[in-house]
Amino acid sequence: MKKEKLYTRREVMRKTIISFAEFTALMGAGTATWLYIKNLPPDNGLLGGVQPPIRDVLTANENIFSHSLSNDHLANSYPKSDAEINPRVNGNVGLQSDLDDTWQLSITMKNGDTLALSLNDIKNLPKTELVFDFKCIEGWSMITYWGGVKFSDFISAYHLNDEAAMKYVGMSTPDTDYYVALDMLSAMHPQTLVCYEMNGMPLTIEHGYPLRMIVPVKYGFKSLKRIGSVYFDNEKLPDYWFERGYDYYAGL
Amino acid sequence: MKRLVKKHPLAIRWFHWINFPVLALMIWSGFLIYWANDVYRIGFADTTLLKFFPQSFYEALNINGRMAEGMSYHFVFMWLFFINGLLYVLYTIFSGEWRYLLPNKHSFKEAWQVLLHDLHFRKIAPPQGKYNAAQKIAYTSIIVMGFGSIITGLAIYKPVQYGWLCTLCGGYTVARIIHFTLTIGYCLFFLIHIAQVLRAGWKNFQSIITGFDAEDVKVAETEEEKITDAA
Repeated sequence: MKKEKLYTRREVMRKTIISFAEFTALMGAGTATWLYIKNLPPDNGLLGGVQPPIRDVLTANENIFSHSLSNDHLANSYPKSDAEINPRVNGNVGLQSDLDDTWQLSITMKNGDTLALSLNDIKNLPKTELVFDFKCIEGWSMITYWGGVKFSDFISAYHLNDEAAMKYVGMSTPDTDYYVALDMLSAMHPQTLVCYEMNGMPLTIEHGYPLRMIVPVKYGFKSLKRIGSVYFDNEKLPDYWFERGYDYYAGL
Repeated sequence: MKRLVKKHPLAIRWFHWINFPVLALMIWSGFLIYWANDVYRIGFADTTLLKFFPQSFYEALNINGRMAEGMSYHFVFMWLFFINGLLYVLYTIFSGEWRYLLPNKHSFKEAWQVLLHDLHFRKIAPPQGKYNAAQKIAYTSIIVMGFGSIITGLAIYKPVQYGWLCTLCGGYTVARIIHFTLTIGYCLFFLIHIAQVLRAGWKNFQSIITGFDAEDVKVAETEEEKITDAA
């Protein structure tokens, strides 16, 4: 018969207590680590920042998932008849001041010059239409129909190749209250549009008249309404929602 | 005297106890995100039987207005949830532990008998190995659910880059519903699991921490062994 080690009640009790002590220590260490990270001061200078180790992982996520971003990966398109007649309006930051009659799109070029364009200048560029499922970071989505110019067409039409060779493009409303940053790959994606029409009509004020972005590879909060200025940089540019604790990349 | 019978391997105990807080954080951060567009309900036409979630629920768990925080935690802990789950599955495959866990063709019939027994409608429980048929189905389902959460989660997270996956899940809206439903499934699993652990008692519970079951050995039997050994 196989020899089997037997234990007294006391020995079993001792082994059990040791196991429970180890278990409690490990669970305690896990909890302590979590509480330590959770209570770290958030990213410097941000209104609703994220704790640095958490931010590190989010940045790593950006590095991992930006690899799958490709001009061949397109957001699904839909027939125009599927588009929402009155798409939801979600946010009016940067739209509260009166729109100046002298509105122009102002582009800061690499050499420091400013290129000022009128709405007609933009409308004269080749037009692209897109019906896609607009996705809000809150979780809702809506099929919407847009008309405008591909950002990449706009770049080539105005010979902004040196600018597009930089890593980031930033945009802000004329009052500079709302501003977003896009990585250049997302901005140059074939579905990224500079729009002046929704549902075949000029944009309404609440949807971003006179000119807005539509960035299907990002959550809606990156699709800036009422573009005032456009600027480029190799460093990360300011982003309104990033400063309030959201992901910088926010790519779909 | 007692004999120690190995029950849960160390690896499985680690996987279990890592998964517990990580899944809890995933569910909690998921609720923080869901709050921003809390459109799901159980009901028909205009009648709502259960709204996900009532305002009192958000207030009790301090969920209001913390979406950004929820997203940041969700997209960090997803890695731990995924890696831990993957290692668990690989471990069960290579250690042979899957034999105790995977249901077979008799399991559904037996699980019904287990249920009747647990509800005191039946006196005798069907014979079982390490896990009864109901446990086998539950512990296998939870892995399938975890896989479903990862797939639908990735589909919602990158619906353009992984458009094919999103389509496979039935589209963005459907993928989001499945992802949410699975989460409710974990909560229900948790409630039943806790109830069963309480019902099964201390001896069962301690084994997921110590790894062993201590079985009584009759003194007579021990002495018999001694005699046999001596001879």
